[in-house]
Amino acid sequence: MTAFIVRRILLLVPSMLIVFTITFLLMHATPGGPWDRNERPLPQNVIETLNAKYGLDEPLSTQYWIFLSDILHGDFGQSYSHYGQDVSTIIISFFPVSLQLGSVAMLVALLLGIGLGLVSALNHNTFADYLASFFSVVGVSTPNYVVATILIIVFSIYLGWLPTGGWDGVLSNKMIIPVIALALGPMALIARYTRSSVLDVLQHDYIRTAHAKGLKEHNLIIRHALRNGLIPVATVAGIAFAEIVTGSFFVESVTAVPGIGRYFVTSIAGRDYPVIIGTTLLFAAIVMLMNLLVDIAYVYLDPRVQYK
Amino acid sequence: MSISIHASSTSESLPQASFTAAPSRSLWQDAGRRLWRNKAAVASLCFIVALVAIALLAPWIAPYPYDKVDFDAITEPPSPAHWLGTDSLGRDVLSRLMYGARVSLSVSIVAQIVILLIGVPIGLISAYYGGWVDTLIQRAIDILYAFPSLLFIIVVVTYLKAVLKSGTDPVMMSLSSINQATGGLMGIFIALALVFWLTVSRLVRGQVLSLKAKEFIEAAYAVGVPNHRVILRHILPNTLAPIIIAATFAIPIAITLEAGLSFLGLGVVPPVPSWGMMIAEGITNIRSYPHLLLASGTVLSLTLLAFNFLGDGLRDAFDPSARL
Repeated sequence: MTAFIVRRILLLVPSMLIVFTITFLLMHATPGGPWDRNERPLPQNVIETLNAKYGLDEPLSTQYWIFLSDILHGDFGQSYSHYGQDVSTIIISFFPVSLQLGSVAMLVALLLGIGLGLVSALNHNTFADYLASFFSVVGVSTPNYVVATILIIVFSIYLGWLPTGGWDGVLSNKMIIPVIALALGPMALIARYTRSSVLDVLQHDYIRTAHAKGLKEHNLIIRHALRNGLIPVATVAGIAFAEIVTGSFFVESVTAVPGIGRYFVTSIAGRDYPVIIGTTLLFAAIVMLMNLLVDIAYVYLDPRVQYK
Repeated sequence: MSISIHASSTSESLPQASFTAAPSRSLWQDAGRRLWRNKAAVASLCFIVALVAIALLAPWIAPYPYDKVDFDAITEPPSPAHWLGTDSLGRDVLSRLMYGARVSLSVSIVAQIVILLIGVPIGLISAYYGGWVDTLIQRAIDILYAFPSLLFIIVVVTYLKAVLKSGTDPVMMSLSSINQATGGLMGIFIALALVFWLTVSRLVRGQVLSLKAKEFIEAAYAVGVPNHRVILRHILPNTLAPIIIAATFAIPIAITLEAGLSFLGLGVVPPVPSWGMMIAEGITNIRSYPHLLLASGTVLSLTLLAFNFLGDGLRDAFDPSARL
C-alpha cells in the first residue's frame, strides 16, 4: 500500500511536467500575444520593451527552460495584464474563495444526494422513487449558470430574500445561491449512484440474514446497506469535487463571487501566459490529487481491494 | 431457442411444450421491446426526432431568417407575430432557437462520430494486443485524464479558433472554409473529441478484455478465423450496446459544453445562433427581458433531459439487471 502511494505520488511529477509542456506549447502556438490591443495598438518599441522585460524575445526553447526552472523554484512569474501582481499572490488570494465555495457545495451535494438516493432505493418503484429520480435527471440536465440565474431572479429580485451576489465568507447568506447552483449537478449524480448501488446491495444474502436475525431496520440500513453501498459513490464524489472546484467560473461570474475561475477565463483571452500556466497547473494538481485520494479511500472502504 | 419454432407449430398436440415456446429474439429485438415499454424513453426519443426534424427543416419552417434584424420590434415579449418574442436586435427568438438546434445537434453528433473514430480503435487495439502496447496506451490515457478537461477544451478551442482564422497555407485555408461553413464549430468538435475519446477507449478496452476470455472467441480461433475477422465480426458487434449507451450519455455533456463555451464567447461566430449564446444574452438582460432566458434555457434543459432519459432507457433495455 505504501509503495503504491509513493509510486502514484512519483507519477505526479511527469504528469505535471506533461501538463505544463502541452499548455506552454499550445499557448505559444495560439496566434495573438499579450500586448494586442484592438482599438489603440501599442507602439512597436513599447511592445519590444515589454517583450524584453518578460523574456518573450528569447527563443521558445529558452523561454520554456526559464519558465520551468522558475516554477521549480516556486516562482510562477508576474501577471502581464494585472501589472505588478505575482501569479502566486493571485492564486493565494482568490483560490481559497473557490475552494471554500466548492467544499460547501460538495458537502451539500453529498448529504442531499445520498439522502435522495437512499429514499429512492428504499421506496423502490414507488411515487417517491420516481419523483426523486426525475429530480436527479433534471438536476443533471440544467447547466449551473442557468440555475444560478433563476435562483437570483426568484429569491433576490422578486422575493428579495437573498442578496444578488458577492462574497462575505462561508457564513453569509451570499453563499446560498452559488452553493445551490454548484451543488445541484453533483447532488443528482451522487443520488443516482447511491440509488443503484444500495439497490444492488439490498439483494445480497447478508442483508436477508440481517433481517432474519431481527436487526432493527435503521440499523440494518446504516450499518450494512449504506456502508457497502457508498463505495461506488466515493469514486464519483472525488471526481465531482475536482469538477466543482475547477469548473466553478460560470457560477462565479453569474453570482459575482471573486474566485480563481474568473482569472483563468480572462487570462486566456488576454494571453496572460503566467496566469494560464499557474491556474492550469493548480487545477491539474487538484484533479490528480482527488484521483489519488479516491484510489486510497477505496482500500479503506473495501478491504477486498489491494494495490500492489 | 431454435426449438421454439417446432414447439409453436405443434403446441396444440403437445401442450407441455409451451414451456419452451418463447419466440426466438435477438438481444437487439429484446432491448427494443423493453425500450418501447419505457414511456419516458419513448417520449424522449420522439422529442429528439422532432428536434432533429426541426433542425434539418429550419430554413423552411422558421418564421423568420435567424439574422433578420428588425429595429421596430426590439426585445418584444411573446406575441402572435413573434411567438417567443424578439431579442435585443429585434431578431425572432423562435427562429433563432430552431437554427440553434442545428448547432447543438451537430456538436453532439459530429463530435460523437469523431470521438468514436478515435476511441474505439484505440480501445480495441489496447485490449486485443495487450502487453507493452496496452501498457503504453493506458499510461498515456492516465496522464491525459489528469488534464482538467474544461480548461483543456478552452485552451484548445482558443488555439484552434485563432489558428483557423489566420491560416494561410492551402490545408489551413480549406480547413478554415469548413470552419466557416459550420459557423466556427470545428474547434469545438476537435476539442471535444480530444477529451472524450479517453472515456470511450477505456470502455471499449474493458468490454474487449472481458469478451476475449469468453468461449465463443476461443471457438472462433479454434476453427481458424483470422485475427481481423475475430475483431470485426465477433468482438466489435458485442461492444456496440455499451458504446451506444455511453454515446447517448455523452451527447448532453457535449451540448452543455458547447453552450458553456458560447456562454464564454468561445463558441459559434455571430450571427449564427447557438443556445448557449442566447442563454448568455438572456442572463445579461434578465431583469428587463426575462423571456429571453426562459425560452433558451427551457429548450436547452428539455433537450438535455430527453437525452438523459433516453440514455437511462437504453441502459435499462440492454441490461435489465442494472435497474432491478
